This record gives sequence, C-alpha cells and structure tokens, in this order.
Amino acid sequence: MSPVARLVRNGAAGWLLPAAIIAGWEAAARAGLIPANVLPAPSAVAEAFWRLTLSGELVRNIGVSTLRALSGFVIGGAIGFALGLANGLSTLSRGLTDTTLQMIRNIPHLALIPLVILWFGIDEEAKLFLVALGVFFPIYVNTLLGIQSVDPQLVEMGRVYGMDSRALFFRVILPGALPSIFVGLRYALGIMWLTLIVAETISASSGLGYMAMQAREFLLIDVVVLSILIYALLGKLADSLARLLERLSLGWHPAFQRR
Amino acid sequence: MPAASLTAIRPLVAPPQLYRPAEAPDRPRAFAFQGVGRRFGDKTVLDGIDLEVPSGQFVAVIGKSGCGKSTLLRLLAGLDRPTSGALAFDAGDAGGGRTRFMFQEPRLLPWASVARNVEVGLTGIASGAEARQRALAMLDAVGLADRAEEWPSVLSGGQKQRVALARALVGRPRILALDEPLGALDALTRIEMQQLLERIWLDQKFTAVLVTHDVAEAVALADRVVVISAGRIALDLAVPVARPRRRGSAELASLEGRILDQLFNRD
Repeated sequence: MSPVARLVRNGAAGWLLPAAIIAGWEAAARAGLIPANVLPAPSAVAEAFWRLTLSGELVRNIGVSTLRALSGFVIGGAIGFALGLANGLSTLSRGLTDTTLQMIRNIPHLALIPLVILWFGIDEEAKLFLVALGVFFPIYVNTLLGIQSVDPQLVEMGRVYGMDSRALFFRVILPGALPSIFVGLRYALGIMWLTLIVAETISASSGLGYMAMQAREFLLIDVVVLSILIYALLGKLADSLARLLERLSLGWHPAFQRR
Repeated sequence: MPAASLTAIRPLVAPPQLYRPAEAPDRPRAFAFQGVGRRFGDKTVLDGIDLEVPSGQFVAVIGKSGCGKSTLLRLLAGLDRPTSGALAFDAGDAGGGRTRFMFQEPRLLPWASVARNVEVGLTGIASGAEARQRALAMLDAVGLADRAEEWPSVLSGGQKQRVALARALVGRPRILALDEPLGALDALTRIEMQQLLERIWLDQKFTAVLVTHDVAEAVALADRVVVISAGRIALDLAVPVARPRRRGSAELASLEGRILDQLFNRD
C-alpha cells in the first residue's frame, strides 16, 4: 500500500492540506510576500498563542466561550429535542405548534441581536438566548423528521408483538429517528459556534470573540488570527465528538460498518 | 373424488406416524370464522366466510390478488375487525393473544442484533436471561445459532425471514398467521424455507394459516387448502397426502390442477 493510501485509511490525510497551507503561508510571510500588518506569519501567531497561554488569558477566554456555547446548546437542544419528539408523536401537538415554529424558523436568529440587546443588555443571558435559539431549530426539525420517517411497518410489527407505547418508543421509534437526530446535532454544533462568535464580537467583556475585538483595537493582528484559528479547531473538535457518538450509537447502520 | 383413492394408498408410501389427517373431528377447534364479512366503505372484501379450523391444522389460503385473503389473515390476527359476523377462538386462543403474525417482509429491527430481534417475540412473555436463552434455542432451530450477535443488515433475504420465523415462534403461539412470507425469496431458498416451516410445525404443533398465491407451495405444506374468490370460499379441499411430501409427485400435481381449475374457472 502506498504511504498516501495508508494516510487516507487512518484519517490523517485530512490534515495534509491544512499543514501544507500553513507551511506555504510561513514561507510567503518570511519571503515578504505577505506584509505582517495584513497577515502575520504562523510563527508569530504561535508566539501570540504562547504569550496568551502563559498569561492565562487564552485559557480563561476559551473556558468562558465554551461554557457559554455548551449552556446555550443544552438549553436550546433540550427544548428542540422535546418539541421534536412531542410533534413527531402527537398530531395534536404538531397541529398546535408547528406552524408557529416554522414561521419563527424563517427569521434569521442573528437579526434579533438588536432586540436581544434591548431585552437582556449585553450580559450572559443575551448570548445564551441567541445560542439556544440558533441551536433549537436544527435539532427540532431533524428530530421531527426522524420520527416521521420511522418505518410504519416496523411500528405495526411492534404493536402486533405486544409492545406497549413505552417499549415502542424506546425500541422502535427513537432508534429509528437517531440517524436524523445526529444530522441535526452536527448542524446545531456549527450554528452554536457561529452564533457565539457573532454575539461575543458585538458585545462582551470576556470570551474568544471579545479577545479578538480587543486585539483589533490595539492592532494585535496575530491575536486576531489566533482567535480565528482557535474557532476552527473548536468547531472541528465538536464535530469529531459528534461523529464519535454517531459511530458508537449507529453501529447497526450499514453506513457505519467497516467491511 | 380422487382424494379418497389417494388416502387408501397412503400407508404404503410414508410412515403413518408423520401423517396428520385433514379432518380430525376429535381435535378441539382452534378458531372459527362465523359468517364473517368485511367492507371498506362500499367495497365488500369478505362476505359470509364460514371456516372452522381444528387445532394443529395447517391451512393454506389461496386466491388471486385482491380476493380478500390478506384481509382474512389480518382479521384472524386481530389487526382488523369484521364488519359482520364473528370470530370464535377456543382451546385457550382467546383474544388472539397467542396468535403470531409473520409478514411478507422480515420487518426486523435494524438496530437490534439477531438475538434481540427474536426476543421481540417474547415481549410480555419472558425477559432477561430467560428470553435470551429461549431466543438462542429458537435461532438454533432455524439454523442461525451462530449469527445471534450480528446485525440483520448482513443477513441474506432467506436468513432474515428465518429470523422473522424464529421471532414469530419463540413465544410458542397457538396460531401462526403467515402472510406470503416466502413470496420474495428465490425458488431454492423458498423450498428450503418451506421444509423448515414444515419441520418446525410438526415439532411445535401450532395451528398454521398460510396465505399464498403459490399453489404448489400450498399443496406441499397444507393439510387443507381454502380457495377464496370474490370474498367467498370457493373451494375447501383436504390434502390427504402423507408427509414428508415429495415435490412434483403425481398426487400433489393432481390436487394442484384441481385448485388451478377452480381459480381460473375451468371445468
């Protein structure tokens, strides 16, 4: 097997391109092709990383942002999941709430920022609210879709074999909806970071977005680039975690079986 | 009647202990349809069906598409209710609680192992270690003991139907309703499945009602063949042929011919 094929097989190949970009970028910066006030060299960014790590500022800001992201995610995700289940299982509930939810879904949640600032000021609640709202819809829509697409033949089979509604839910409906719920989860994780960055950039006194905005004030472009890179890494980390969960719980699915 | 003359030579061609007569007045009744009718809107699908089946009999129900044979089966399994007439169950079959249904498709849960799928057949009957043990024993009976921990998606079509058969039988039903369960299988797998079904039926002694449109399958498996036409019983024929039956034998062929004549109104 060729070395490249081996790298593709164990998943390392995905990191080849980012590594090449960074190497090219460093070389271009050193050769003076990219002025330092437009884009600092990766080594300068690494230096900023080291400096902020030593001062403790970086860890604190990452911690604050992660906590915000996860709290908003848990709140919005839990409500979206609960409503998705309710509307998937009960026509009454769907009839009552789905139209309203679909109307709200079509408002870009970031368009609410001025209103949210008026309601909550620039405190934590504002960011939690925006993240929760952003996360809510992908989870809601995909949970609902997952439940509606469960094979009715399997549900009939469960009934014929005497499953009560509890057994039917946990053994047939929920596992059947799970692949779709995971799609929603991964979408929601992306929206979670996006929303948080925007919210922190506009109004915050701590967090990664705040750190980037402060750096802009003082023209510390290496810190700005560092913040952006950290967002990329955190996003990738969240996505990898979701994929891992997916692989662990969807082992039965032909798409996740290895040979 | 040719059936009578065939009965006379039966002891010569097969061990008598394997033979189970089609008419057995001494055996208790498993279930009876009493003037059962089923309408959907103004379309009459079944009309005045009278059918009494003794316990342990293997009945095949044959008919063209849309003749009402699947509706008959769904009524038997309690998946549907008659619009007129009544169903009577005896010998502890009341309420259809121990009536199992085998579908045209395997309908296995893709997210449960083969053994867990068989355990579905024990819902409300057994759980935990006992359920596991009974499921494994039943898988052994259908020849899939070594696949217990695999996902259904890796099995072939015939293997999936064998798991579905194990699931249907693991709770020891008194009545097994089969809705063309072998229709989607290839010809050879199909014959294998028929033999498996016959063997397990002889062993467990449940009442079997098989809906099929394959006349050869019906005469190969059943004690009795009921032909449904336009919602009524058009023919109720005993198959007094000894088991094990040899496919393609002259006796079976002659019965098959009679049933086909009835289905296509040839005389």
